[in-house]
Amino acid sequence: MGIEAALAALNLGPITALERLSGGASKETWSFRAGDRPLILRRSPGPTVDGVPLPTEAALLQAAGKAGVPVPEVVHVCAPAEGLGEAFVMARVEGETLGRRIVRDDAFANVRTSLAARCGEAMARIHGISIEGLPPLDTTNAAAVLTRYEALYRKTGARRPILEAAFPWLRNRAPALPRPVLVHGDFRNGNLIVHPDTGLAAVLDWELAHLGDPAEDLGWICVNSWRFGGDQPVGGFGAYEDLLAAYADAGGGPVTLDALLYWQAVGSLKWAVMCLMIYGVYASGIDATVERAAIGRRTSEAELDLVALMEARV
Amino acid sequence: MITHPTAAELLDAVEAFTPGAAARDAFLARVAENARAIVEREREQGPTAEAAAVQRLTALLGHGGDFEALNAELCEKLALGDLTLSTPGLLDHLRNTAIAQVLIDQPNYSGLTAFAKEV
Repeated sequence: MGIEAALAALNLGPITALERLSGGASKETWSFRAGDRPLILRRSPGPTVDGVPLPTEAALLQAAGKAGVPVPEVVHVCAPAEGLGEAFVMARVEGETLGRRIVRDDAFANVRTSLAARCGEAMARIHGISIEGLPPLDTTNAAAVLTRYEALYRKTGARRPILEAAFPWLRNRAPALPRPVLVHGDFRNGNLIVHPDTGLAAVLDWELAHLGDPAEDLGWICVNSWRFGGDQPVGGFGAYEDLLAAYADAGGGPVTLDALLYWQAVGSLKWAVMCLMIYGVYASGIDATVERAAIGRRTSEAELDLVALMEARV
Repeated sequence: MITHPTAAELLDAVEAFTPGAAARDAFLARVAENARAIVEREREQGPTAEAAAVQRLTALLGHGGDFEALNAELCEKLALGDLTLSTPGLLDHLRNTAIAQVLIDQPNYSGLTAFAKEV
């Protein structure tokens, strides 16, 4: 059964304008209309390889929605017999996802001033969700993240002294994790839908969700590589103080700027290793595109950010 | 020598790309153009940057050698903990290495201008 036929069988309305949006290796995103309703299909034809399984992603969206986090409404979670594999249907939220436009376009000037605060509130609500009722998720702390990324770095065979210095420096400062919370895992400019009139409309891309340190989300959105040329630290559009103050006001636990900056450095280190790995896919011949080759040369931007963060705190 | 990717690999990737009409090809054409510019900057700045790095590494490690050998030794000593960020001259070497590399890879990177004021 084709996708269109399988969708029609869900009785959501007449299916039109079916279009594939992005192609991950293991997960697909499709946009379509059911009657006059714009919807999104997330599906994984085979078993999930990276990140949480799609049924877990749907459950997290529902839990986040209940907690007051702006997320797309889950319309239908597919059963295996419905022929779409692991899949769910959600509302298509109107707004912009391109980070560069959110940081620069005049259309977003009004909502930009409070966007860091809206992100802080959303994070506080995510971190406040009771983890009791959630599907099983991995628990990671800073030490575990560093061990994982150091192993990935060693596999690349690269000799990068800045990364060699950063691993032990961050390991020696790794915070304990007294109370793991639900962490989004990829909360950054580029994974947000921002509407020019109403501001933060949805937090997307929950596939790296896990249990861990709340400061991980606060640090990740500040990594320089997601600022799209903007000169403000939070996603290119806001100040550290605005993010942290709104986070505390919305009931988030105590997170200091130091803790945020620690995770920002971990984030730059992760991005550096990811750039080396993406280049590695080029070098292996599996996917020899110029895009993959060139991204290896973005390792140095993350290294520069790491040096700045370490230099301030040695 | 700059690796991951080397200039030769970047040029291979550029040459292997033949643009079609699709929207994605317009994006890849910009990436290819950018990669050509990186290789050009590396040709101009690479030798000077590498000579300066060899000089700093010689002072840091107490002996001379070629860049690959010195850089590998530095990486080993950092991994073993024989050298740390508190070692005099180390942070200076890392800072200069990062700046020289970004000037080749991405001279318009916002982090480069923000480098001085953010910390």
